[in-house]
Amino acid sequence: MTKASRSMAIEVEGLSFTYGQRNVLEDIHLHIPEGSFLGLMGPNGSGKSTLIKCILGLLSPTTGTIKLFGKPIQRFNDWSQVGFVSQKANSFNSGFPATVFEVVSMGLYGKVGLLRFLTKKHKQKVLESIQQVGMQDYVHQNIGELSGGQQQRVFIARALVSEPKLLILDEPTVGVDAKSVQNFYTMLQRLNVERGMTLILVTHDIGAMTEYITDVACLNKCLHFHGNKLEFESQHDSMMTSLYGHDVRVITHNHDHHDHDHDHDHDGSGH
Amino acid sequence: MELLQQLTFLERGVLAGLIIGFICPLLGAFLLVRRITIITEALSHITLTGITAGVFLSQSIMWLTFINPLYTGLLFSLMGSILIEKLRHIYKGFQELAVPIILSSGIGLSAILIGLSQGSTVEWYNYLFGSIVTVSLFDLLFILITGSIAFLILIGFYKEWLSISFDQEFAKTSGISVRRLNFFFSLLIAIVISMSMKVVGILLVGAMVTLPVAASIQIAKSFRQVVLLGILFGEVAIISGIVSSYYFNIATGGMIVVSGVILLLIANLIKRGKQFVSTFDVLTK
Ligand SMILES: Nc1ncnc2c1ncn2[C@@H]1O[C@H](COP(=O)(O)OP(=O)(O)OP(=O)(O)O)[C@@H](O)[C@H]1O
Ligand SMILES: [Mg+2]
Repeated sequence: MTKASRSMAIEVEGLSFTYGQRNVLEDIHLHIPEGSFLGLMGPNGSGKSTLIKCILGLLSPTTGTIKLFGKPIQRFNDWSQVGFVSQKANSFNSGFPATVFEVVSMGLYGKVGLLRFLTKKHKQKVLESIQQVGMQDYVHQNIGELSGGQQQRVFIARALVSEPKLLILDEPTVGVDAKSVQNFYTMLQRLNVERGMTLILVTHDIGAMTEYITDVACLNKCLHFHGNKLEFESQHDSMMTSLYGHDVRVITHNHDHHDHDHDHDHDGSGH
Repeated sequence: MELLQQLTFLERGVLAGLIIGFICPLLGAFLLVRRITIITEALSHITLTGITAGVFLSQSIMWLTFINPLYTGLLFSLMGSILIEKLRHIYKGFQELAVPIILSSGIGLSAILIGLSQGSTVEWYNYLFGSIVTVSLFDLLFILITGSIAFLILIGFYKEWLSISFDQEFAKTSGISVRRLNFFFSLLIAIVISMSMKVVGILLVGAMVTLPVAASIQIAKSFRQVVLLGILFGEVAIISGIVSSYYFNIATGGMIVVSGVILLLIANLIKRGKQFVSTFDVLTK
């Protein structure tokens, strides 16, 4: 593998995770080089979100080690280098009195540091991020008053505003309309190619992604596959059978804006 | 210091009130968005326990006569706050349980301590419902110092607490040490409760923290506005409460709360009005 020579954004070694008695992840080894754009797929309940939460330090693995940019996660402290859009991002209290501007600013708070305020420059950055996701007409709108897809864009802006080197997105396009999804993928690809940002994107719809990503990982408790997308395409059929237990055609290059009826358990309505 | 000594009792009361009217809504805004305003009720009652303990100790133990009940109130409030966090952690799926547990323990202990000590009914009445005429120079200093500390902490951690309140998971991944800041936050609630108690009274502290922001959230568009309008409403409630209680010789706390409720009604009417205007606009377009 030539990857060994590239520096790694993420190194996961022998990671297992159990919720109580239940094994959710088993002996995961995953090295993600800087500058790659990884599509992470797997059926519902396969442990994708759990793996990502381990990588983000939100959950501690039962066994195994994780390194971020070469540093063991326990000692990693440069969190402004890591952006995150959660699968449950829009399950916040919809009455929360915060504007789009305030929410996106939150992406900078860790970077700005304790006892400090946002400067003019920071505020400019916030506005740029909002523009980047096409929400500039809603800067002072209340976040609870936006549609689900618009909210999702705001959360993407919040993850982008600190200009992270690593961006992790857990099914970020839920509720975003097909046209915006295409724009969004194009934007991610630009970040990946032009700025060399490392991206991990959890998705059920790898077919719509194949143009943009560089690598694929398939997870179902264990890591069934990890490699670049050409390898993936050549092994695709057997891969799908082993992953989902039956043959599903996921690779479809003609993604002509069909409505994807995602089968995940996400409820975008919040509480 | 000299300046403070020259104040009349009424001026002392007003100054104390203004500090409280500022700090309570500032804290209340965070409690509101975290949906834990109810915690103030538990803490105010455990503060009462501290005060009764202070009164009892100063009466019964010779070398503790100098003890000011405000100190013991603050101490109990801090301990209560930490206990609540513990209970909320233990009863993870039923976090609201912590409030009645602490509240009833607080009242139970207070009842015992009040029975044991020889405070006058008036004295207890003042603690329960507040009285500005009893704000001594010492009380004012206590309020000034704790108020300044609370102000500095609230402004210093404003953005972190906002982020945590909105999305704790994201706050963590953006590098904010959520656990430590949550701990500071519970200490802060305790400080604010015990400092406000003298003026608005134990039973009504919760109102001072809740009513102004309950009013402001009805018209505010951003969190900032919730805070700023909340402070404005808080100060208006305090001033009109103090003035009316002085003229009618009624418990200050009661009048402050009534003013707060009136402001709440007005805010709701404004919101209704706005909705009416905007639907009217839509219909006539
Ligand atoms: N808080 C929890 N407590 C106990 N078990 C959990 C918890 N969260 C998830 N699990 C279990 O862990 C397993 C993996 O969940 P995870 O959320 O990582 O799946 P996922 O691959 O992200 O699924 P989806 O595609 O539905 O988002 C599931 O079987 C789930 O039941
Ligand atoms: Mg998931």
